[in-house]
Amino acid sequence: MGDELQNDATTKPLIEVKNLKVVLPLIEGNLTASDGVSFTIGEGKTLGLVGESGCGKTITAQSLLKIAPRKAITTGEILLHYADRPPVNVVSLGHDDPELLKIRGGEAAMIFQEPMTSFSPVHTIGNQLLETIYLHRTRDKAKAREIAIATLQKVGIPAPADALKKYPHHLSGGMRQRAMIAMALASQPRLLIADEPTTALDVTVQAQVLRLMRDLQRDAGMAILYISHDLGVIARMADEVAVMYMGSIVEHAAVRDLFRAPKHPYTKGLMASVPRIGKKSGEPLQSIKGNVPIPINKPRACGFFPRCPAAMPGICDKAVPPLVDVDAGHRAACFLHPQVMAAANLPPLATEAGHVH
Amino acid sequence: MSIEAKAVEAVPGAMPEGTDIVLSVRGLKKYYPIESGMLRRVTGHVKAVDDVSFDLARGEVLALVGESGCGKTTLGRSIIRAINPTGGTATLRIDGEAVDLAHADRQTLRRLRRHMNMVFQDPFSSLSPRMSVRDIIGEPLRAQGVPAAEIAKKVEEIAQMCGLNPAHLSRYPNAFSGGQRQRVCIARALVTNPVLIVADEPVSALDVSIQAQILNLLQKLQRELNLSFLFVAHDLSVVEHIADRVAVMYVGKIIELADTEDLYRRPRHPYTEALMSAVPKPDPDRDDETIILGGEVASPANPPSGCYFHPRCRYAQEICKTSAPALRQVDARHWAACHFAEELALSGVGEIDAQTDGEL
Repeated sequence: MGDELQNDATTKPLIEVKNLKVVLPLIEGNLTASDGVSFTIGEGKTLGLVGESGCGKTITAQSLLKIAPRKAITTGEILLHYADRPPVNVVSLGHDDPELLKIRGGEAAMIFQEPMTSFSPVHTIGNQLLETIYLHRTRDKAKAREIAIATLQKVGIPAPADALKKYPHHLSGGMRQRAMIAMALASQPRLLIADEPTTALDVTVQAQVLRLMRDLQRDAGMAILYISHDLGVIARMADEVAVMYMGSIVEHAAVRDLFRAPKHPYTKGLMASVPRIGKKSGEPLQSIKGNVPIPINKPRACGFFPRCPAAMPGICDKAVPPLVDVDAGHRAACFLHPQVMAAANLPPLATEAGHVH
Repeated sequence: MSIEAKAVEAVPGAMPEGTDIVLSVRGLKKYYPIESGMLRRVTGHVKAVDDVSFDLARGEVLALVGESGCGKTTLGRSIIRAINPTGGTATLRIDGEAVDLAHADRQTLRRLRRHMNMVFQDPFSSLSPRMSVRDIIGEPLRAQGVPAAEIAKKVEEIAQMCGLNPAHLSRYPNAFSGGQRQRVCIARALVTNPVLIVADEPVSALDVSIQAQILNLLQKLQRELNLSFLFVAHDLSVVEHIADRVAVMYVGKIIELADTEDLYRRPRHPYTEALMSAVPKPDPDRDDETIILGGEVASPANPPSGCYFHPRCRYAQEICKTSAPALRQVDARHWAACHFAEELALSGVGEIDAQTDGEL
């Protein structure tokens, strides 16, 4: 167990997020979109970020490129590592810092859920693709065109030279998402941030795009931060998985460990509530009671406490469980585990951890 | 036996005689004209729904599955006359009378509305923000002219059944989360004691943990009230969980129709096989077994020749390019529209592991 965790010596860290906190001041109060999030993505690795709407997964990803809403107050560190120079802290960069412009779309590129809204409708695919290439690769027109055609070919768009002249609305959903991926890849990024890139696609097209992204990753060796609410997609794409709830990572492990032996009640509930194809039981699905809360004026307690089937009043509603190792390379933030109790300086529980279900 | 058997064979998806059938759809069509030029001449048709037939029994859940643009939503809406079909019939059998909804006039439809209702995908856009939840749920009864006192009683009763707190009924939809709003939509659909519910992707817009709550609720209500459900969805794992029978649609036509377990275990159409294999499974050890289809869903405005699926089909042969296969019975209660439905040994879910990775 845990042998696939990337903190080993073989993979160098590409991006390190340390205690990231993003707070959005709203009229209703402070919305803690990201509450002390820490993770590392190694070179060429894929970290899957799972969670439901409003859990903070998108804003965390946006912070890596500093494209979160401007009124957001961001603290913590986001270190982007380079081979030949000291790391850059993205959080401390100004909004028009030339370093930031080199990172955005250059070192790290992002693809979004709805390609129709992320392309400009009044420019051709070619124009938009070439813009990225001029900015990050070459100023030479002929050469840029060559790169553009080669990239479109790589993502499986038929007749790439013609595709350059087309507008986004000429393409189907699947082709548009391929063009979006081509745009992200054109700058040869070291990190690809993919925010629900296949959620708007049909399953057969989704299967094509997932296969494509894996092939491209293998060839280009880039790291991917893959955000999704779909556990099936995450199982297929990720090396490691971090589960987010109310702005915090509640569990983080290698993909097999997480799916085989989830340690947090929320992860367990999430897995039990998805109907699995080929496993019809006729029984009602297990569901998580209550609703997904909005983290405004978050109490100092476990965020999952009100919905948790194993909640321990007096403990879970009094302190925030820290995210610590509960097994080799398997981190969870839940007081059911003695390691978490110890890390929070609480006395060990009288009952055994697994006893309370 | 022979005459009856023939009659059953003649209409694909028809139930044997003696079944308590709520809805019979025969040859239903919905064509949209394609207009072009200054004179807006009709130059062709988008065959969104093309010659669809099936029966729906009382208390049965029939799922319509397929990818975007396959016509599943249009079919559901044509049946309950949210839109007007171009041809065919949809006969609703209720209180001993049989009415063809496709040709019913406004008055008849108005009278029948309380027997059939719809639940939509997006609980945010399908509730009026300016009405209280109590008024929203009671609206169908008001439209039927039910006295106010009776409405109030019925609304509370149905709200409770749908897991809504009666104390919250005077609130407006904006005070509710997505899952609760979908409960309101379901309550509104059930308040008139309908026999037929068309649910169009009722859980797709919801979070995973909420999706299970709503699915359980739908299943519970369906069983308790013996409702007939037409469940339109694209998520095959959800469909497997809730449906008794499944109809798979591709470019406006039903290409396979069978009991859920039979269809998932032993599909007879290559598209069904590929569709099931493409569902990402939440298991990191089962990743590379997907059948990747080449190309995309054909356009109903300009479908390919012969079998609409042949350009993407890995089993396609010459005949598939020229001749369109009809939906025909291939087994007891199993219909498929494939020339080779009997010959092909297609993998269902559960046994697909053994299959090697195929790509076109």
